[in-house]
Amino acid sequence: MTDEGVRSTGWFAGVERDDVEAGASRIREGRADAPNDWPRLAVEAGFADDEDDYYAALHDAAVRAAREAAAERERADDQQLVHAVRAMDDLTERANELAERVAEWAGSRYPDAGTGVDYARELAERDPESPTDERLVSLARRTANLADEADQLRSFVERETPEVAPNLAAMAGPTLAARLVSLAGGLDSLAKKPSGTVQVLGAEDALFAHLRGRAPSPKHGVIFTHEYVRGTRPEKRGSAARTLAGKLAIAARIDYYSGERKPELDEELRERIERIRAKGEAVDDGATANGGGDEE
Amino acid sequence: MTNQLPNGVTRRTFDGSERLATRGTPVYGEPTDGDWRVWDAGRSKLGAMLENDLDLGLSGGETVLYLGAASGTTVSHVADFAGPTYAVEFAPRPVRDLVGVAAGRENLIPLLKDARKPETYGHVVEANVDAIVQDVATQGQARVAVENRRFLGDDGRLLAAIKARSEDVTREPEAVFEDALDDLREAYEILDTGRLEPYHDDHLGVVARPR
Repeated sequence: MTDEGVRSTGWFAGVERDDVEAGASRIREGRADAPNDWPRLAVEAGFADDEDDYYAALHDAAVRAAREAAAERERADDQQLVHAVRAMDDLTERANELAERVAEWAGSRYPDAGTGVDYARELAERDPESPTDERLVSLARRTANLADEADQLRSFVERETPEVAPNLAAMAGPTLAARLVSLAGGLDSLAKKPSGTVQVLGAEDALFAHLRGRAPSPKHGVIFTHEYVRGTRPEKRGSAARTLAGKLAIAARIDYYSGERKPELDEELRERIERIRAKGEAVDDGATANGGGDEE
Repeated sequence: MTNQLPNGVTRRTFDGSERLATRGTPVYGEPTDGDWRVWDAGRSKLGAMLENDLDLGLSGGETVLYLGAASGTTVSHVADFAGPTYAVEFAPRPVRDLVGVAAGRENLIPLLKDARKPETYGHVVEANVDAIVQDVATQGQARVAVENRRFLGDDGRLLAAIKARSEDVTREPEAVFEDALDDLREAYEILDTGRLEPYHDDHLGVVARPR
């Protein structure tokens, strides 16, 4: 079928009246720039006996299409994000490890050897002059490739997260949002976690040490990377982390249950963090004496 | 003067107060009286537009394209009094509920589609619908209405709820509404507007017809 043909036909074209599966698939995949008088055309084409019959067929196919598409998207998107963010972390870790190896090896051969992934990238550009160099430069290239793939995955995560979890992504930033989804095992499980759990996601070791009575309770897990926590004075970080976690938990629930973007949440959070920070400064002297206030 | 309610919508007394009601299967735990169930304006922008007496130009039995159907709260009431009702919603989780609502309503056609991309449902939604009801909480709400103009008959109505916070939380709602109305005028003539308080904060109800 030509592109032109696809654009001018309704969902029922080439579909049998009682083939709900085929109809559903056409509803999901078809497209047309301009609508048309589909009920009349469907009757004329012999697809349906009359308009009532047409609407009945459309209803059944549409219900099926929407049910399948929703289930697929729900299953798919957040889990793809989980895989992507985990792969990104794996790649970054391996690239750093290998970059260390490259640096150590290069240090034994070149007086100007540097360190890190940047140096591996630099080395990867060189023309090897000996069999040993050949191996070293090849290792550097593979290291650079891994780092490139990690960067690609990061852009993918930054692009996809706002689609899967718009409020969470706006509030936490796409990468941290994806990490939270990954740590929870999916958007559905994140949406069901109390904010106290969200607060310490990624600090499981510290949390279990605390539960065994060997350590103080952790104030924050992976949300520590958020500017609202890291950028707050250490005495107030517990408050900031608790407040942030509370709003993130709400954002995750909205994303999971409604999907509607609520920018006012970001604003409320910003105001509350400002108040926490301001309080810390205003009662600077009392802050240490009151240190326990952080734990509430 | 009070505008006429569409056929199939009535005011009834529930627990001592006058509420809007339609006739159909209950959907979200709303109070019922026989076949009638309360249409809660606090949970429905279109309900609030009726309560606030905007002239929607609906008489009942219309073919409707509903953009931003969410879990189907409002669209279930629309399907109670309208004819074929196409319900577009893009988020998968609410569509699961919407499908449940549609399963018991033969004239409700759920579509998991992005209202910003009408070409993805142009092969399903018919031309010349009588009304487009729009409640999409995304940036560029006026743009969505303009893009979907292609479905509306020349004497049809656009009934839109514009949410100020979806466009820009930091600006004054009135300024946001002015911009949105300007954008709408590209494809529509504005017939009536009204704020949706006390039911919904910082929302503007808009009734328009194609230019």
